[in-house]
Amino acid sequence: MEFLIQLLNGVQYGLLLFLLASGLTLIFGIMGVVNLAHGSFYMLGAYLGYALSTQFGSLTLAIIGGAILAVAFGWALEWLLFRHFYERDHLDQVLLTFGLIYIFEELRSILWGDDVHSMPIPDLLSASIPLTENLSYPVYRLFISGVCIALALALYLLIAKTRLGMKIRAGAFNRDMTEALGINIKLIHAVVFALGIGLAAVAGIIAAPIASVYPNMGSQVLIMCFVVVVIGGIGSVRGALISALLVGLVDTFGKVWLSSVSGMLVYALMAIVLLWKPEGLFKQ
Amino acid sequence: MSRVKANIEVLPRSVQVLLAFGLVALVIFPFSATDFYIQSVTRMMILAIFAMSLDLLQGVTGLVSLGHAAFFGLAGYALAYLMPQNVAASLWLTLPLAVLAAALAALVIGFFVVRTHGIYFIMVTMAFAQMVFYLFFDNKALGSSDGLYINFKPSVVLWGWPMMDLDNKTTFYYFVLGALVLVYAFLRRLLWSPFGRALGGIRINEQRMRALGYTTFGYKLSAFTLAGALAGLAGFLWAAQTGYINPELMGFHMSAHAVMMVILGGMGNFAGAIVGAFSFEYVLEVFKDLPTLGSIDLGKHWQLWIGLFIVLVVIVAPRGLLGLTQSWRGRRKAGDE
Amino acid sequence: MTTHSFTRRLVLSRSSALIGAAASGALLPALSLAQTGKVRVGLMLPYTGTYAALGVAIENGFRLAIDEQGGKLGGRDIEWFKVDDESNPAKAVENTNKLVQRDKVDVLIGTVHSGVAMGMLKVARESGTLLIIPNAGFNSATGALCAPNVFRTSFTSWQTSYPMGKVLADRKLKKVVTITWKYAFGEESVAAFSEGLTKAGGKVVKELWVPFPNVEFQALLTEIASLKPDAVFAFFAGAGAAKFVKDYAAAGLKGKIPLFGSGFLTDGVLEAQGAAADGLETTLHYGDGIDTPRNNAFRLAYAKAYKLQPDVYAVQGYDAGLLYASGMKAVKGNTGDKAALIAALEKSKIDSPRGPWTLSRAHNPVQNIYLRKVVGHENHVTSVAAKALADPAPGCKM
Repeated sequence: MEFLIQLLNGVQYGLLLFLLASGLTLIFGIMGVVNLAHGSFYMLGAYLGYALSTQFGSLTLAIIGGAILAVAFGWALEWLLFRHFYERDHLDQVLLTFGLIYIFEELRSILWGDDVHSMPIPDLLSASIPLTENLSYPVYRLFISGVCIALALALYLLIAKTRLGMKIRAGAFNRDMTEALGINIKLIHAVVFALGIGLAAVAGIIAAPIASVYPNMGSQVLIMCFVVVVIGGIGSVRGALISALLVGLVDTFGKVWLSSVSGMLVYALMAIVLLWKPEGLFKQ
Repeated sequence: MSRVKANIEVLPRSVQVLLAFGLVALVIFPFSATDFYIQSVTRMMILAIFAMSLDLLQGVTGLVSLGHAAFFGLAGYALAYLMPQNVAASLWLTLPLAVLAAALAALVIGFFVVRTHGIYFIMVTMAFAQMVFYLFFDNKALGSSDGLYINFKPSVVLWGWPMMDLDNKTTFYYFVLGALVLVYAFLRRLLWSPFGRALGGIRINEQRMRALGYTTFGYKLSAFTLAGALAGLAGFLWAAQTGYINPELMGFHMSAHAVMMVILGGMGNFAGAIVGAFSFEYVLEVFKDLPTLGSIDLGKHWQLWIGLFIVLVVIVAPRGLLGLTQSWRGRRKAGDE
Repeated sequence: MTTHSFTRRLVLSRSSALIGAAASGALLPALSLAQTGKVRVGLMLPYTGTYAALGVAIENGFRLAIDEQGGKLGGRDIEWFKVDDESNPAKAVENTNKLVQRDKVDVLIGTVHSGVAMGMLKVARESGTLLIIPNAGFNSATGALCAPNVFRTSFTSWQTSYPMGKVLADRKLKKVVTITWKYAFGEESVAAFSEGLTKAGGKVVKELWVPFPNVEFQALLTEIASLKPDAVFAFFAGAGAAKFVKDYAAAGLKGKIPLFGSGFLTDGVLEAQGAAADGLETTLHYGDGIDTPRNNAFRLAYAKAYKLQPDVYAVQGYDAGLLYASGMKAVKGNTGDKAALIAALEKSKIDSPRGPWTLSRAHNPVQNIYLRKVVGHENHVTSVAAKALADPAPGCKM
């Protein structure tokens, strides 16, 4: 029975990771832009959500309001900065987003301070389902898992099965050619980028009730997200989902069975996968 | 897809003059500075060595490593283990052993990671560095998260005769300056040697090099090991100077710091790495020491200023600070050599 | 430009031979200033990052103590120097040197993070500068690495966890599972609790570890549920503590398997924890609701000055101010005679909001450790878990 519960824990954590990494899957995976500021967008989303939920008193409104603001912010950022970096070296993107991390961290401190905050779980979702005599499972976590599955499906359908998805993939593969074919690649890039940032921020808002809102919350998430996207294979939504589940399971069972080395397990996993399949599990 | 940038390998006259002036400035600096500033510049020189070692890997060979600090920190830990509690160990023993430890680690890790390419290489180097980090962070026997002290500076004794007293800040400064100049000269020589030319070729087009008959795996591994060894030299000097080693010195932030310094200065010619290290550290200090204007403590928000600075440099100087000297002479298109 | 910043400006240019020599303190003859010039106080605290709120609380407390004494130390005015330690151990030595070598401070106050404090300690031991630690609780600072010029006004990890062992054993909760982050402070806390529990006849059935700073606890909560211990002892701090307590309650364990911890589990994060923390008992050297005139006056003064409620970190900073001020008063502001100042500090009796305390031979507070219970939004003191507890200071040769 305990094994089954740990399995559930692993899957749920994996789905959470997929949610957190979804924005990166789009921006880094699909568009090929190295976005080290992904964790910062996650943090900004969480703080924004906190501010909105205390203002409106409702998580749903916070999510909707936060999503709109985040997408708008992403659009503006793309137009202002990132648009000029698609053609630039990966390393320039590394440096740019590194600078952005510093900027966002300080902006957060100026706007919202340095304290630890929590966001209340809406009453509808605040119950816990008893699993054993001692242990219950919070409904909110199941809710998050549900959101993740829906999101994974939506992303997959978008990228793989729609014309827009096709254009996005074409544009990532060969920008000039796609433009020559008459497709408005600038608009598509802007849309995908804004969506990616929006996803990162919304992930922050949705996860905040169980994760808390605190300084530096982005940096811990950042490395995990990159690990997930890379193990799965850059460019593959399906790969990102499977690798997120894999990482979730390895982390969960690692904590229980191999606790003395559990810190390194995820990295060891990534190293092993990349040495076996140097371009990730599901490279496009 | 991004295009491969042409590196500035032949240093333009202006940069050469700059470097010469810089060397003179470094040589006479201790005569008019107090201990604190001598130590600060020593630290910057150590970081310059660290940056140059990464430049060999990143700028010349095109292998971007987000785990380079692992070798930096490992050499520091080697010194910590070799230094007894009550008496100073010899430089002749500790320095080669520390550098060797870093080189061995680089050889082993490199053997695994050099098979990967591009972004995967970046991630795998980070993964291995994180594993090394946790190995030290999690183990009491290795010092745990609080780190270890190094109680003495290495002693420099030749046939019973004390050559240098590294406890003297000025002596240590010149020792590091000497190391900096030697490493720079060695790497510049290497850049133009057949080995260095092959590395450059691998950066630009590895397939072509293989078609020409080069065993690129061996070249890349050698570059990785050499870069690791030089990072170890820098790490040894750092640990000797501060007397305190902590797992953070092999952590992600330290590796990212190195990557930033190299890109900032301009890659592939080692002079850029030095410029990047010095300017980044100097600018950081300036921002942290900003005064309070009215009710706003500008220095407190140093993260904002350094972030803006980095973004500005990336936009305005696509080939790093050293690349700015090129654009004064009119535009040159970046392209494959 | 402020008057002293010219001496702090470094002009370094690679293309010109202009090298600025900054020699702030070095030009001033040390002896003549030892009694009359301004006292140079150096604060090295986290002003950015995860612990920024703690850094601010400590500085606020310190300044409040000094202000209450008339804003002077031993009759002398104060010149303040601040350095942001960024909670980064890799920069600890260089940041400390800014205060010790560049600004030539008379006293060093810092810091929060133990790894950074290790670096500060190294510089302090080598330079002889007076160091007062207002938080970092790693045992060795007043243990194996103790030094005459190093004082602490906070706690050791041992002090805050050891008493809980006896508390649990006395309640017949003998089979306990511990859970914490796998890093030095977590390990020290669990070891101390273990010692206390075993001495009182209990047993730690399993030690659970979470990699630092991972906050994904579900797997281990499931494990706790299946182990069915009598109680759980946890050490976490900050956001991790907030999340752990909430996750514990959400997993239904609250009420079924009682949770205990050292005070950091609930200090500073009660607002974030909400109802999940109700009734949680912890041990710490302070509690918000200590109902003494001293504590009430302190809390009022702090709230009035800073529009914030004080926490244990503010108290520690406050006590650091009290300690230094009393030492300076005793030597009439003469920072030149280090031995006299140290002797004066050692003899100090601090009338602290937490209760009066003195210093052990290893320069750590000998203080009451309170058992507190979360009631409402407060850590309410229910009893004294250990009276006048002195850290054993293993390895200290003073």
